[in-house]
Amino acid sequence: MAELLRKTWAITKREFAAYFSTPLATVFLIIFVALTGAFAFYVGGFFERGQADLAPFFQYHPWLYLLLVPAVAMRLWAEERKSGTIELLMTLPISPWEAILGKFLAAWAFIGVALIATMPMWITVNLLGDPDNGVIVASYIGSFLMAGAFLAIGSCISALTKNQVIAFIIAATICFLLVMSGLELVLGSLRAWAPEFLISAISSLSFLSHFDRITKGVVQLSSIIFYVSLIVFALFANRVIVEMKKAD
Amino acid sequence: MAVLIEARELRKRFGAINAVDGISLAVTKGEVLGFLGPNGAGKSTTMKMLTGFLEPDSGSAWIGGISVADQPIIAKAKLGYMPEGAPAYGDMNTRRFLQFIAEVRGFDGAEANRRVEAAVEKAALQSVLDQKIDTLSKGFKRRVGMAQAILHDPQVLIMDEPTDGLDPNQKHHVRKLIAEMAKDKAIIVSTHILEEVEAVCSRAVIINKGRIVADGTAESLMRRLSYHGTVAMHVPSSRVEAVKKALLDFSAIASVETIGSANGKVRLQAAARDGAPAAPQLATLIRTRLIEAEEVVVQRGSLDEVFRQITTSDDGARHG
Repeated sequence: MAELLRKTWAITKREFAAYFSTPLATVFLIIFVALTGAFAFYVGGFFERGQADLAPFFQYHPWLYLLLVPAVAMRLWAEERKSGTIELLMTLPISPWEAILGKFLAAWAFIGVALIATMPMWITVNLLGDPDNGVIVASYIGSFLMAGAFLAIGSCISALTKNQVIAFIIAATICFLLVMSGLELVLGSLRAWAPEFLISAISSLSFLSHFDRITKGVVQLSSIIFYVSLIVFALFANRVIVEMKKAD
Repeated sequence: MAVLIEARELRKRFGAINAVDGISLAVTKGEVLGFLGPNGAGKSTTMKMLTGFLEPDSGSAWIGGISVADQPIIAKAKLGYMPEGAPAYGDMNTRRFLQFIAEVRGFDGAEANRRVEAAVEKAALQSVLDQKIDTLSKGFKRRVGMAQAILHDPQVLIMDEPTDGLDPNQKHHVRKLIAEMAKDKAIIVSTHILEEVEAVCSRAVIINKGRIVADGTAESLMRRLSYHGTVAMHVPSSRVEAVKKALLDFSAIASVETIGSANGKVRLQAAARDGAPAAPQLATLIRTRLIEAEEVVVQRGSLDEVFRQITTSDDGARHG
């Protein structure tokens, strides 16, 4: 076990450092912080609402992740395949799981850094009023979990192609569908003809409905299981795709 | 001698193409096997199956007595592999990259540093330790790839075209390195540069269309050439018939052929009986009968020609 963790850790460290080998990571972090802030203040009406909470801040996370997380995930495997280093990686004495998990954790940690960089929002709202910090902690955890689910899908898609741009587009599309499936706009159009169980099934697949509940302070086990099982499933698919595609 | 690398009836098919079609070979400790073949013959695919990167459709690969399919991690730990083009993480510098490899291979702390240093010294990378791999020249990149492969001092070393695209000095360095490591490892080197086989390999295997078509030392492969060991001589055209007759009268000589003529001189080729070297016989003949040959050359042939003969003829498809 210790051995497994050590190898995974070695890969995580390498991948994490790789993000910062170009200025891209810094640019990403700045964009993320600026956009979450801008959405909260200008679109979400942070001040106008007159409430000391971070709801308008978290509300837009799914929509930001839609574009930003696939951008973080796209290089994970596509680059390995393009540069041929996948042959090096997969002939080192590690299991494919160590490679997949190591990469995923590195990207997830990177998103974690981005979330930590938004902490000034939290401090601000505490200075302005008396928010429910429990809800905010739950929302941060929910947001991080949701990002993990987006990321696992992105990592899986990244193994499908050598082209990072294609990986980005496909992953963003899939994530878009998963977010949209909870919108009243989509569900309403189905309600006219589809049976109720199908609609609730589609709605329960949505990133939005689960995340909305968490940001309202309702942390249900089912929501956590939803995100975690999605991560596990996507990483399993990732493993299969890596095996299938590694030599192409 | 201990067999450290073994392939048993490896087969791999990509769509309609039989990339590798039943390759079996064994490499013992101390051997350097040159793996030759035209582009697309299945060299890289075979190496990828030996190293566990690709799963064979059938057959098995064994590294240090361990089945690559059943215990991939143990087998891979015994193996140093440099894939074609020596891929490495370009965003890392040489030191970081080698430290990463050391860490993944299970070394840490002082031991990892010692390993990295030793590999850096062997591959002569001291001057580029802090340079990003992306910015290195081809020769240095190749050496980083080698350093990565020998870092854990593996019993088995497999390198896919280690000298491809290097300048003569760099080639010399790589070959010297291989020769130094040869005695306590089993090494496979793929190449299409045939001089390399004579320079570093104790044995050569030629594959074509996914099958082994020749296996032996460079010398034994050259013996397969029809004219290996024959003697060629330049004779003035006026004397050709007399020389031919004199040669054929001599019982040790099996045949004399005219293989060319230029500037009033004819080039003859004499072969001894039973494929024996013709030179010793002819030396006496030339001395005693005073054949007027201006130039006498023993024809050894080259591996290039063996290679072409074997890999272009259809006969070559049979096991040799």
